[in-house]
Amino acid sequence: MSYELTAMTAPHSRRAAFYDVDGTLIRTNIVHAFAWYALHQPTLMGSLRQSLSTALSVPLFLAADKVSRKAFNELFYRYYKGQPEDRLVTLAGELFEDVIKPSIFPKTYDLIEESRRAGCEQVIISGGLDFTVRPLARHLGIDRFIANRLEFAGGVATGKLCKPFIAGANKATIIRDYALANDIDLNNSYAYSDSYSDYPMLAAVGRPAAVNPDLRLRSVARSYDWPVLDLR
Amino acid sequence: MRAIRPRSRGAAENNVVTIDTDSAPRVMFFGEDFLCEDLPVGTRVIYPRAPLVGLPNPRAAIRYALNHPEGMEPLHALLEPGMKVTVAVDDISLPLPPMARPDVRETILDIVLEMLADHGVDDVHVIIATSLHRRMTDSEIRRMVGDKVFDAFTPDRLYNHDACDPENMVTLGKTAHGEVVETNKRAAESDLVIYVNINLVPMDGGHKSVGVGLCGYESLKAHHTPKAIVDSDSFMDPRHSALNHSVERIGRVCDKHMKVFHIETALNNKMFDGPMSFLMKNEDDYTEVDRLKFQAIKWTLDKTPRALRREVFMRVPAAYELIAVHAGATEPVHEKILAKCFDQYCIPVEGQADILISGIPYISPYNVNSKALNPLLVQVMALGYFFHMYRNKPLLKKNGVMIVAHPCSDQFDPIHHPSYIEFFHRLLPETRDAYVLEKKYQDEFAHNPSYVEMYRHGNAYHGAHPFYMWYWGQAGREHCGKVIVVGSDNATVPELLGWERAETLSEAIAMGRSYMGRSAQITMLHHPPILMTDVA
Repeated sequence: MSYELTAMTAPHSRRAAFYDVDGTLIRTNIVHAFAWYALHQPTLMGSLRQSLSTALSVPLFLAADKVSRKAFNELFYRYYKGQPEDRLVTLAGELFEDVIKPSIFPKTYDLIEESRRAGCEQVIISGGLDFTVRPLARHLGIDRFIANRLEFAGGVATGKLCKPFIAGANKATIIRDYALANDIDLNNSYAYSDSYSDYPMLAAVGRPAAVNPDLRLRSVARSYDWPVLDLR
Repeated sequence: MRAIRPRSRGAAENNVVTIDTDSAPRVMFFGEDFLCEDLPVGTRVIYPRAPLVGLPNPRAAIRYALNHPEGMEPLHALLEPGMKVTVAVDDISLPLPPMARPDVRETILDIVLEMLADHGVDDVHVIIATSLHRRMTDSEIRRMVGDKVFDAFTPDRLYNHDACDPENMVTLGKTAHGEVVETNKRAAESDLVIYVNINLVPMDGGHKSVGVGLCGYESLKAHHTPKAIVDSDSFMDPRHSALNHSVERIGRVCDKHMKVFHIETALNNKMFDGPMSFLMKNEDDYTEVDRLKFQAIKWTLDKTPRALRREVFMRVPAAYELIAVHAGATEPVHEKILAKCFDQYCIPVEGQADILISGIPYISPYNVNSKALNPLLVQVMALGYFFHMYRNKPLLKKNGVMIVAHPCSDQFDPIHHPSYIEFFHRLLPETRDAYVLEKKYQDEFAHNPSYVEMYRHGNAYHGAHPFYMWYWGQAGREHCGKVIVVGSDNATVPELLGWERAETLSEAIAMGRSYMGRSAQITMLHHPPILMTDVA
């Protein structure tokens, strides 16, 4: 199994804090990011066509997300097919400034700062795309991030994700691999997520916490006596 | 349920009653319920003093205290237009239960804030001195300070202290003993700090107000230790409390850097009023109406789910009245208020007990409006507060048996006490040794980012708080030969606490006697309301 690990800095510690992003640290999600790209096509007609197509697909996205996060990702990222890589990467900074940065929960900064003070290595593990997560990680001063990568052929997105998908149970596997490779003690590490789909990732560490949780995760958190945080 | 038998003898004239053959059964708290138990002949039952008479005009008394302070100029003489003032106020941990409105803090704040405004002092912040306690909610703050102050000052100028906010904490230095003195930056930078206190028990007030109420974790680490508790004989007797001595050293450093005008108050112990006032009585003095009321309440409680019982109890405020108010320099003010507290609470008692019985009520300083009195808090009420309610000598002999009554349900409030859950279920199974827990785990809990976040922005007690609760019981744990809990609804909690179980009080007494001997002296503390013993 291989995945890209992007180091922002290179600290080493025995403990880590793993953060999901969408709904956990920020209010928006990958659909918002895609909608923004759809609105910012090179031509007016292109923007209209992409935006309309995205809007009409929302029920489909919701249905796919109910089935599984993996099915959702496979369906959703098809809509990136044909997008030039350099354009996506270039616009990522603007996407961050316009969409992502304003949607960072106010208490996100405190949590990360406190976690850093506690000596934890900071790691984002997100189902979002790497080029959209990178500016966020840099802004939050987070050491490392693990995110999905779009597959490109000849500089154009194929609409598929590079494997492994960063979602669901894969997040737990990736965290374990990461811990092994980086001498991280998972028992003393933290994980934060808002979604029940991240239950495997939360269960992989000794100090999980539900953040702004959905109903299922809230119920699980109560059952297992995990702390429930509200960063909103 | 057994009825309380009609009175067959005259009313007891003192606070120490000895059970005889025709004594009525005694009523004791059992969480959100009551037990009504016959006690063996010869058992001493110690009752609280009757409430001292409240001051007839509290507002006038407060104004008099502000204008005739101890060891300082009158408050009005300390004020200048344009100065920066911080008013710090005790939090929801006292009084217990919360007093009927208006809370005495509301009355004091009304007067003080009006005086500040009259003297052109506009830069005023009101800080709830929570230390590492949970943040109070807006509705709790409103209830405590009153609508007028709440509406005028919230949210920018009336807020909870945040001991984990590095931007708003400042280190003033160290004491001669090396204790770190860390305090609220706004208070430290103010020209004048006015502290509004309620002295519910003798460990409150004095230098503890500013020195603890506005401090941070590093400061608290100096004295919230198992050693300080064991070296306090008792922590309710400030002269013999290592905890208090450390707090005084810290407070004196605060006083060097900050001008503190202290307003201390003492309340009487009129905890129950109206239909519940019979709970203040000796059961031998119950009237027929009292007996009927008790039976009706007991019948209703037995038919009511625990959560609802709890809600009902939490909604019944205490009818406390102000019995003393003094203002000025911290130490002389505190001395006067302490004397009044001891007047209200202390009962002279001849000789120690071999077996001490105490019902545990539904409330403690740390679970007001919480979903449960969790097992750690049951422990702190028994081995912390109730054990320490003495001067001179512990009421219980060394290696004696303490019998407590409480269901000890394995229930926690995940909003208020998240770190308690981990402490109880992860750490206690590993060890009950407070010294090991302190060394090995306290800092980890204190710096756990989730707990810090829940303390700072939620309504959770600080991550290290369950450790303090465990340390609070350390002297009691070392002193008692055995602790027996009556009526526990599970085996796990008593086992983790290191306690034995008994189904009934009679069984517990038999177990206690088999440990201490047939002629063991048995004493029951009939509280709440609060009482302290002066043991000769």
